[in-house]
Amino acid sequence: MRYAMAIDLKTCMACAACIVACKVENEVEENHSRCRVTQLVSGEFPSLKLELLSERCNQCAEAPCVANCPTGASHYADGGIVLVTETKCTGCKACIAACPYDARFINEKGYAEKCTFCVQRVRKGLEPACVSTCPSRAMIFGDLDDPASDLSTLLSSRRHRPLSPEAGTRPHVFYLE
Amino acid sequence: MERRRFLQIAGGSAAGALSLGGWLLQSDAPEAPAESRQVAGFCELCFWKCGIHATVENGRVVKVEGHPEHPLSRGRLCPRGNAGTGALYDPDRLKRPLIRVGGRGSERFREASWEEALSLIAARMQAIKARYGPEAMALFTHGHGGSFFSHLLKAYGSPNVAAPSYAQCRGPREVGFQLTFGTGIGSPENTDIANSRFLVLIGSHLGENMHNTQVQEFAEALRKGARLAVVDPRFSTAAGKADWYLPIKPGTDIALLMAWANVLITEELYDKAYVEKYGEGFEPFRQAIAADTPEWAAGITEIPAGTIRAVAREMARQKPNVLIHPGRHVTWYGDDTQRSRAIAILNGLLGSWGRPGGFYFPSGATVPKYPVPEYPKPARGTADGSGSRYPLADETLASGLCDATITGAPYRAKGWIVYGTNLLQSLPDPRRTLKAIQQLELLVVVDVLPVEIAGYADVVLPEATYLERYDDLYAGTFREPFVALRQPAVAPLYDSKPGWWIARELGHKLGLAAYFPWNNIEEYLDRRLKGMNSSLAEMKKKGVITYAAQDLYLGPDHKFDTPSGKVEFYSALLAQAGFDPVPRYRPQAEGPPGYKRLIFGRSPLHTFGRTTNNRVLASVVRENEAWISTSAAAELGIRNGERIRLVNQEGIRSNTVRAKVTKRIRPDCVYLVHGFGHKAPKMRAAHGRGASDSDLVSSFAVDPIMGGTGMFVNFVKVEREA
Amino acid sequence: MLEQSSVGAALGAHIWGWEIAVYLFLGGLAAGLMVVSGMAHRRAQPPPDSLAIWGPLLAPLLLSIGGLALFLDLEHKLHFFRFYTTFQWTSPMSWGAWILAAVFPVSALFALGFRGRRMSNLYTALGAALGIYTGILLGTFGARPLWNTPVLGPLFLVSGISGALALLALVEREESARARLAALDLKLIGVEAGVLALLLIGLATGGAAQRTAAHLFLGGPYTALFWVLVVMIGLAFPAILELLHKRGMAQASVYAPVLVLAGGLALRAVVLLAGQASGWRVS
Ligand SMILES: Nc1nc2c(c(=O)[nH]1)N[C@H]1C(S)=C(S)[C@@H](COP(=O)(O)OP(=O)(O)OC[C@H]3O[C@@H](n4cnc5c(=O)[nH]c(N)nc54)[C@H](O)[C@@H]3O)O[C@H]1N2
Ligand SMILES: Nc1nc2c(c(=O)[nH]1)N[C@H]1C(S)=C(S)[C@@H](COP(=O)(O)OP(=O)(O)OC[C@H]3O[C@@H](n4cnc5c(=O)[nH]c(N)nc54)[C@H](O)[C@@H]3O)O[C@H]1N2
Ligand code: SF4
Ligand code: SF4
Ligand code: SF4
Ligand code: SF4
Ligand code: SF4
Ligand SMILES: [Mo]
Repeated sequence: MRYAMAIDLKTCMACAACIVACKVENEVEENHSRCRVTQLVSGEFPSLKLELLSERCNQCAEAPCVANCPTGASHYADGGIVLVTETKCTGCKACIAACPYDARFINEKGYAEKCTFCVQRVRKGLEPACVSTCPSRAMIFGDLDDPASDLSTLLSSRRHRPLSPEAGTRPHVFYLE
Repeated sequence: MERRRFLQIAGGSAAGALSLGGWLLQSDAPEAPAESRQVAGFCELCFWKCGIHATVENGRVVKVEGHPEHPLSRGRLCPRGNAGTGALYDPDRLKRPLIRVGGRGSERFREASWEEALSLIAARMQAIKARYGPEAMALFTHGHGGSFFSHLLKAYGSPNVAAPSYAQCRGPREVGFQLTFGTGIGSPENTDIANSRFLVLIGSHLGENMHNTQVQEFAEALRKGARLAVVDPRFSTAAGKADWYLPIKPGTDIALLMAWANVLITEELYDKAYVEKYGEGFEPFRQAIAADTPEWAAGITEIPAGTIRAVAREMARQKPNVLIHPGRHVTWYGDDTQRSRAIAILNGLLGSWGRPGGFYFPSGATVPKYPVPEYPKPARGTADGSGSRYPLADETLASGLCDATITGAPYRAKGWIVYGTNLLQSLPDPRRTLKAIQQLELLVVVDVLPVEIAGYADVVLPEATYLERYDDLYAGTFREPFVALRQPAVAPLYDSKPGWWIARELGHKLGLAAYFPWNNIEEYLDRRLKGMNSSLAEMKKKGVITYAAQDLYLGPDHKFDTPSGKVEFYSALLAQAGFDPVPRYRPQAEGPPGYKRLIFGRSPLHTFGRTTNNRVLASVVRENEAWISTSAAAELGIRNGERIRLVNQEGIRSNTVRAKVTKRIRPDCVYLVHGFGHKAPKMRAAHGRGASDSDLVSSFAVDPIMGGTGMFVNFVKVEREA
Repeated sequence: MLEQSSVGAALGAHIWGWEIAVYLFLGGLAAGLMVVSGMAHRRAQPPPDSLAIWGPLLAPLLLSIGGLALFLDLEHKLHFFRFYTTFQWTSPMSWGAWILAAVFPVSALFALGFRGRRMSNLYTALGAALGIYTGILLGTFGARPLWNTPVLGPLFLVSGISGALALLALVEREESARARLAALDLKLIGVEAGVLALLLIGLATGGAAQRTAAHLFLGGPYTALFWVLVVMIGLAFPAILELLHKRGMAQASVYAPVLVLAGGLALRAVVLLAGQASGWRVS
């Protein structure tokens, strides 16, 4: 099993429903979020190009946050999801320094927090909260090891790329072009 | 980390060491909630009314999700709908009835019992009725819960019930389409976006305008490869998806629309069969726009003639599965009915009305009414000018009622009930609204938050939120008809009460008990539902019942509800009333030198000013930004993120607001998201955050046809904050 | 030009503040002291006072202060012990935690006078380990192109030793020993300047992310801090003062070593902050 996510650049509206659903589902503290929506504008008015990126932890297969964690709090869980065990976390922030995607933060309790692919939902067979609410249905979640999953078929039929692959972490959130 | 916490921790570490053992053994698994259930209902974070499932754990709503079977949500919610808990648990909510003790606007109130507050209102309403007649009470209402107040006012004897969603929003569109096709657009819009092959958005900024179902369909159309043209002075989110982006000079859309019609006709690209069969007045229309060439329009709209032609040809290629979107908030320049009619006519030329990918024919379910006595017939018509000063207005004008309150013509409203609408943000020129308020002998505000208008009320009534109350049924008019129920997920917090209860109590105190024969809402709802072979018990479980779709598209013998029974390219009705029978472009006034036109719209994360205090949403977007083009900012020496003020043509200055220096807007415009810059001090999260467009709208252009208030007619200059 | 904006989780998160800069500086200094003092004890002739007394005394002291700063930085201090219930070999910080655990008792014993041959060797080796570790800790973060260069480790190591020599020169009373320390420090300043140049050249000629990182010092927001505090105050001025002194054109003074120490702290702080601002997003 290898969980991954695909996000359709063509239909994402940068509405941030994903951020809000995530905050409510995961009781993320008021001044933090586990995900973000970035808008990139290039070109000159009126010939502009707008890229909308709904971003979160990429659940990297070679996750430097895990490698750099001095206590083993950051670890790989089933399906390749990277998680933090709170009782082991010292709040040393090595993982934050190590993450090329600015996907983590320290919460008010002093622990490193990040997107968990909503493991509490996924283990119950539900989709992550952001995926299940996305009004554009731009987010697709699934098992890469299952060639019949919607995710696998989509990735095999459409051009896609991860963010900053040069960072060398083998990210598992893919953007459909 | 702050020192205090460190000391606490240092002190606690001894104790911590003792409990270390137990703590190491502690399991990661969260405790299972003792009680978890899902309650169906529908959303009230905006006026779209998507179906929801609220998850309740241990007596608290922990999450609100999209109802999977509800046709408006299809299991999904927009960002605002996801933040229902932020509305329910807003610490700033109105908690108890309030009676004003200070001057109007002093924000000085005392708490009162419901009995005292409602008795006071009833007594004043009786006095107003005795002195001025029942028509002198007016109701402003927006939102689903207002239905029982409308009922109350009609039973009391007043025709003056208005929502700002007409004259400040979709009114001109309804009239424009009515005149052309005999039917308005309604809400939810009967636009067949999902099946469109070519979608043309005139300002309508889907994706920022987050009406859930429309955005879902918009994405679906894009996924299916629909083409898209966006006409907007600002490079909207939708523009980022467009095949053609037309950066139009504000206020010139009628020229563009007529030039498109001109191309379709001169190049014989329009749907001839459709126009021949269903059209009326095509020939006079053709003649009227014969000179409206793309070259002519290019000089006005600043869009190259070649682009105008190319987009018209694409419309023709994809016809009739084309949608020139009618928009929703269309009160822009005062010529809005004509612009809406131009859009309607263009759709008529393309044969898209009643065709897949254009406009479908919606249908609604009929739910029998609860029998009540007939309403008394008011001695006077509405005071707002609809049907008289504004001959073709087919709903009451909120701004018209405000005018009548100030001028006394045709007569003055002496009492206002304001339910779920913050008139100081939604009517143009808040100073004018305040002037009207000074004329009142009674102002009652029924709201959930201490918003601006509540600060001026004589009595403030705290309503329970949509997650704490029953409301009347929602019989939706959509592709498939449906009936939906709103029910409490949890009991009302504080001393708040549902609208149905407030209206009923007031009715009884006013001697109108015969109009409220039900003891409680359950009885009322159950009786209505039994009339459609359901029951409250069934509805409580399901939340929504859908029926099979009726005929969605045009049949061979369709008759339009216009005077001619056909699609009216030329409107005799307009000619009779002294207006252009065919839309004609007339230039808009330009601003003073150095000023930029102020335009506004929506943030996907907020609904007007009603969610800016919602902590869940405010923690993602807390304030708005003033969009200024990169080139204009360079001239003015303004940096991105810098704090500025906007000063309008009448010298009205905004709050400070961050400048968003961007390539995404014309240099002659400044753009704000509406709803920020709250002045109400008790809305602690939103107070003073960002700039209020409402404040800067001190001028407005009234649509002579239906009384809509065009608000994009103000100009601002930018002041740097020293 | 790319225009970028975002909502939700902050971009370019703030990671570490003054605590880690102080720790890196004091840790580097302690490491330098240990290496220099340890090596001096392996020689035949007895070392001067600075190396015999002050170096060994100051090393654990400075390290304790640095360690306290490190502890203060932890956002969840009660879990401090978690560093010592595991060893994570891929994590430089885990290595560091264990190195610190070894350095503290050994340097304390050394300071108390336990200075046998094997002890001295161990002491020196641990000093080197500490120095290398504080040097490479940041260098291993692939996510931060400004840090992620092979020269950052040597840079911090050289700077740590240079700082140690400066500190020793400040406390040394004997003129000739002080002159030798100063002369040695001058060489190290030269080496440090060279390594710094290599760092900048490496970044400026690297990929897009590296070039964006280099820009932080070459026109970007950290330019003034870097060139004034690190290069001029920390390297150029003390080098000039030492040269003048060496040529007999100026008196020996406390200024040069104090500047070197200030520069050492500035180097850690500026590199720490600028590194957090560097990333793989290039605009
Ligand atoms: N998230 C969210 N969604 C909402 C709402 C909300 O509050 N929040 N409100 C809902 C309601 S009630 C309504 S009515 C709708 C309103 O939403 P819409 O009907 O989609 O849009 P408007 O607010 O009229 O228009 C705003 C757009 O028109 C552009 N514009 C300005 N001047 C001109 C012009 O002269 N010509 C053209 N072609 N374009 C121009 C602006 O740049 C902006 O992009 O949104 C609905 N959806
Ligand atoms: N300047 C300017 N003016 C505008 C617009 C604009 O873009 N700019 N947009 C126009 C448009 S399109 C529209 S539709 C109108 C909308 O105008 P309004 O209908 O006034 O909408 P809101 O500003 O959202 O105000 C809604 C009020 O309802 C309250 N409320 C929320 N939930 C409940 C509830 O459950 N019960 C009760 N009793 N109250 C509740 C909120 O606290 C808030 O005070 O504004 C129009 N006016
Ligand atoms: S919810 Fe979906 S459409 Fe909205 S920003 Fe997130 S990914 Fe994009
Ligand atoms: S995105 Fe960052 S936090 Fe997530 S696995 Fe990769 S390195 Fe770790
Ligand atoms: S902050 Fe916590 S999870 Fe991150 S590296 Fe440190 S101990 Fe590991
Ligand atoms: S998968 Fe879950 S935790 Fe991750 S961003 Fe989506 S909602 Fe948040
Ligand atoms: S569009 Fe959004 S806010 Fe409006 S009713 Fe639907 S979910 Fe609620
Ligand atoms: Mo509206």
